[in-house]
Amino acid sequence: MTWSEVFELLGPASRETAWMVGVASLFTAVGGLLIGVLFVLTERGGLLPAPPLNALLGLIVNLGRSIPFLILMVSITPFTRLVVGTSIGTDAAIVPLIVGAVPFFARIVETALHEVPGDVVAAATAMGAGRGTIVGKVLLREALPGLISGFTITIIAITGYSAMAGSVGGGGLGAFAIDYGYNRFEGKAMTATVLVLVVFVQLVQMVGDFLARRLSHR
Amino acid sequence: MGWIGFAIRITKVDQGVYVIEISGLRKTYRSRTGSVVAVDGVDLSVGEGEVYGVLGRSGAGKSTLLRCVNMLERPDAGTVRVGDVELTGLTGKRLRTARHGIGMIHQHFALLSSRTVAGNVAFALEVTGTPRAERKARVAELLELVGLTERAGAYPAQLSGGQKQRVGIARALAARPQVLLSDEATSALDPETTESILRLLLDLNRRLGLTILLITHEMTVVKRICRSVALMRDGRFAESGTVAELLRRPGSELASGLFPLGGPAGLDGATVVDVTVSGADADAPIIAELARRFDTDVRILGGAVETLATTRAGRWRLALPGTPQDNTGALEFLRSRGAEVEVAS
Repeated sequence: MTWSEVFELLGPASRETAWMVGVASLFTAVGGLLIGVLFVLTERGGLLPAPPLNALLGLIVNLGRSIPFLILMVSITPFTRLVVGTSIGTDAAIVPLIVGAVPFFARIVETALHEVPGDVVAAATAMGAGRGTIVGKVLLREALPGLISGFTITIIAITGYSAMAGSVGGGGLGAFAIDYGYNRFEGKAMTATVLVLVVFVQLVQMVGDFLARRLSHR
Repeated sequence: MGWIGFAIRITKVDQGVYVIEISGLRKTYRSRTGSVVAVDGVDLSVGEGEVYGVLGRSGAGKSTLLRCVNMLERPDAGTVRVGDVELTGLTGKRLRTARHGIGMIHQHFALLSSRTVAGNVAFALEVTGTPRAERKARVAELLELVGLTERAGAYPAQLSGGQKQRVGIARALAARPQVLLSDEATSALDPETTESILRLLLDLNRRLGLTILLITHEMTVVKRICRSVALMRDGRFAESGTVAELLRRPGSELASGLFPLGGPAGLDGATVVDVTVSGADADAPIIAELARRFDTDVRILGGAVETLATTRAGRWRLALPGTPQDNTGALEFLRSRGAEVEVAS
């Protein structure tokens, strides 16, 4: 395998990975924020206390977090087929990526929201702010730097998961590295994959750090 | 009513008009290990334009009491009226509207770290639904009022503690409240900064007719700005009244806290008396007069003359040679000059 052959295959593989990670991150952001916010709202002493719902959410999140991704992926195959109509390929990989990453990000959201001092929320309440205002303008806005840092970590975790997905029919860089680099002993393919991933993770981390720093005025 | 109209309202303490009226307030916290009665039946009336201080140690229940005034804590029993509104029955939108009329400042300032000084004040205006077009001018007015115009673009992290509390005050006044609740507002500040914040509060009280209910564990705060004060212990008011009343109340704990008297309570061959004067009498030369008139070698064992918020007050522990019977005339004289006299021994 020559370098030019490697690059020829690396291009589409990278695009597939970018697609998987991109789409999964987007859905994870929405899902994780939703569950994380709901979790904080419903806890005891929260803005909308509902301990049973809170316990249920906690259970679901813990369940999702405790199953290793590889096992999660193969165990939800019927669900994946139901959603995207197939259980192989990049689109099929996106479903378990989201299912695996949402609980992960939800916990991060919860932690970030808890960082907002209670007296700031109390102050807003005392001013006569409603729940919507408090969530949008106080909790989420004050926690934004932490949320961005946490989302950066989540994107990187999804990238890792996506490589795992690739090894069992998900496509992308993971599949490329396994098919060529591992099974066919093509050192160049492996090296190239690792380099692309390192550069990608670096970039994501740099952008995330930059944004978090820009938005933090603590 | 415009801001200007509001600003020229004359401060008038009218005992007949209570802006805050609390009665039979009770609040218990329940936990797995048992329950703690934080507020155990408190009655409190704050007159219009008054500065009322609730003094107590941590755990006395004063913070819970204050948080019950704007329903940050729901009382278990009792009523809370602020202005014309009975708050205990309110929920949702009506409670939020009522809260616009009650400003609050906090010990740790509770500012939004992601917003500038101007942004923090604007937030309060957003909450009360002030149209965008009016906000800018109003923010400028409020920052001017607290002397922070130059720091409008700074973030809270770049401010000193005193400046942060000024932002807190500007924010609390955004909705033109009738009442300001102060939750240990100066407890995190050094003495000089405390003084400047207290001066600002007193100034706002006078200029805007703002009624202030504050809680504190610092006697200096009470001394400096309160017209009335209550001592809170184990969820109850152990003592309360105007500062002037308390100073004249024999055996008042608050009075001796406001004016700790040094010196021994007993002295051989002498009558020791605690003398308290307030108002114009505080600056009258009554001790000199006493010595001259009764030709007595009066000694001052301890004492001071101070300005308490607006009233001048003096308190001394004096030793007069001879028994109390020997000094009947002298004591009569002191009483005739408006002094409260208590024989210590």
